Amino acid sequence: MNAPSNLKYTKSDEWFDPASGAAGITDYAQSQLSDIVFVEILVDEGEEVTVGKAIASVESVKASAEIYAPAAGKVSAVNKGLSEKPETLNSDPYGEGWMIKIENGAAGEVMDSAAYEKYCEGRTH
Amino acid sequence: MATIIEPTIFELSSPGRRGVTMPASDVPTVDLPAKDFLRSELPLPELAEVDVVRHYMKLSSFNYSVDGGFYPLGSCTMKYNPKINEDTCRLPGFLFTHPLQPIETVQGNLALMYEMQDWLKEISGFAGVTLQPAAGAHGEFTGVLMMAAYHKSRGDTKRTRMLIPDAAHGTNPASVGMLGMSVVTIPSDSRGNVDLKALEAACDDTVVGMMLTNPNTLGMFDENIEKVIKLVQGCGGLMYGDGANLNALLGIVRPGDLGFDVMHFNLHKTFSVPHGGGGPGSGPVGVSQRLADFLPSPLVGIIEEGDDETAPLYGFVNPKNSIGRMKAFHGHFGGGLVRSYTYILMHGPDGLKDIAQYAVLNANYLQARLRGTYRIPYDRICMHEFVMEGHFEGSDVRALDISKRLMDYDFHPPTNYFPLIVPEALMIEPTETENKDTLDRFADALIKIAEEAKSQPDLLHNAPSTTQFGRMDEVKAARELVLCCWLPENYEA
Repeated sequence: MNAPSNLKYTKSDEWFDPASGAAGITDYAQSQLSDIVFVEILVDEGEEVTVGKAIASVESVKASAEIYAPAAGKVSAVNKGLSEKPETLNSDPYGEGWMIKIENGAAGEVMDSAAYEKYCEGRTH
Repeated sequence: MATIIEPTIFELSSPGRRGVTMPASDVPTVDLPAKDFLRSELPLPELAEVDVVRHYMKLSSFNYSVDGGFYPLGSCTMKYNPKINEDTCRLPGFLFTHPLQPIETVQGNLALMYEMQDWLKEISGFAGVTLQPAAGAHGEFTGVLMMAAYHKSRGDTKRTRMLIPDAAHGTNPASVGMLGMSVVTIPSDSRGNVDLKALEAACDDTVVGMMLTNPNTLGMFDENIEKVIKLVQGCGGLMYGDGANLNALLGIVRPGDLGFDVMHFNLHKTFSVPHGGGGPGSGPVGVSQRLADFLPSPLVGIIEEGDDETAPLYGFVNPKNSIGRMKAFHGHFGGGLVRSYTYILMHGPDGLKDIAQYAVLNANYLQARLRGTYRIPYDRICMHEFVMEGHFEGSDVRALDISKRLMDYDFHPPTNYFPLIVPEALMIEPTETENKDTLDRFADALIKIAEEAKSQPDLLHNAPSTTQFGRMDEVKAARELVLCCWLPENYEA
């Protein structure tokens, strides 16, 4: 499992980059979901989001999941290409698979990568 | 199974073949404005009647059905449906009536509906029942509408949040969303019960109520059910029961006695109505005394009491503060109500109790046989179903591979990847109808598959190998939504 140390993580498996404001789903989340076949970003550029607001809806062959804002602030960018290529979330969740950017985002309850890795280990048997 | 490839009906088409020949027209003809109304690009197949019949007969023989073999999807999908239901629902008195007939001409139908309301009340312990909702989720929507109407009638307008456990069916949050309420997810504890601490923290005066499936989708009866209901009702909320798993409780526990305020029945699950591909369902809703005035209108009631000599006159009555009509006409009468009525009548009170007891016994027998081979995350006495994990230490075999391999042993796969809180979930519900030989054959197959997962994992990865078609590319199918067999002229990939 991959969890870059420069990112922050939520219990609901989103990542947040405090430097760029980017947010998405973690490598653990994409591996649990397996092949992702549908992504819809639910917020628009310029919209204010609060921590925990649903920002995207993701469907895989196994399940569907809501993705929640890991930080509060104004949405400065939305990854519009994602809906055309949902498989990007599987292949590059921390790079091309970013979902939205939150300007000066104030993170909610987040963990560092070491704590997140431990949290994930506790969930796989 | 022989692998005969059956062409599609379009491939079988040959120009000029036809099923019927129309007689020459004996009225004047007019030309249709072809440009606006006729679509010349639709390549409809041309075949004789016998070709069409044989084509679909052949396709149906590739299907796996509950009439053909064991099907561990259980009552939550569809259990075995006794064939006597098919006789009764085709009785001419039921079959050839219309919902707009004067009530005097359909007294038998109304009597059946009246008794059905009464029987469902007796089975569930509720004060009132509506038969209108067309299916389970429609029943949920009806129930939540009544909950909202109850709060509104008391001037209690702050309540907008519905508490829903993480093990719930997806229809629960969907029904709540339809009403513009928000969903608060309540986690399960390590024994598969509602986490009481999280529930207590979520309970306040903005709570509409809680929607709980009991036993839940893990097959667990909530050990703290009375505390859960007390907490929810203590903060002014109402308790909704999702009746999808009522099969486990028939004749043993009545949700109304436990304190539930409202519950939908799935007649097409618990009371044996055949359905598939989305219908037909039937989702009556039962309510406690305090919600009875809000039931949809009309209900079937007695308009004139009878006596020793004359039967009562049945007709329609409207509850005082009814939320209104939920369905045109009176619910799924012939398909749903007559079949379920037959099923209840054939079993009687003791027979209904047997259904629950054998369903629970069969599930526990399978769980006991598979414990040790498969990991069972919530390992205690289960109700009508249990959930195990379809993966093994040091192996890349997944629940999907196990399910596909089961098809090679001539079993239908169980529900996969639900509930979401169990990794690689395989949910197994045998139901009451299966004998010990069938259960043993199924358990033997799953134990053999677990051995194969270690010794020959490719057997699982490449399964099924004995069916008409092998492993389907589910990812490609979901990503490239091309649903016709030819590409429209302007299609862009």
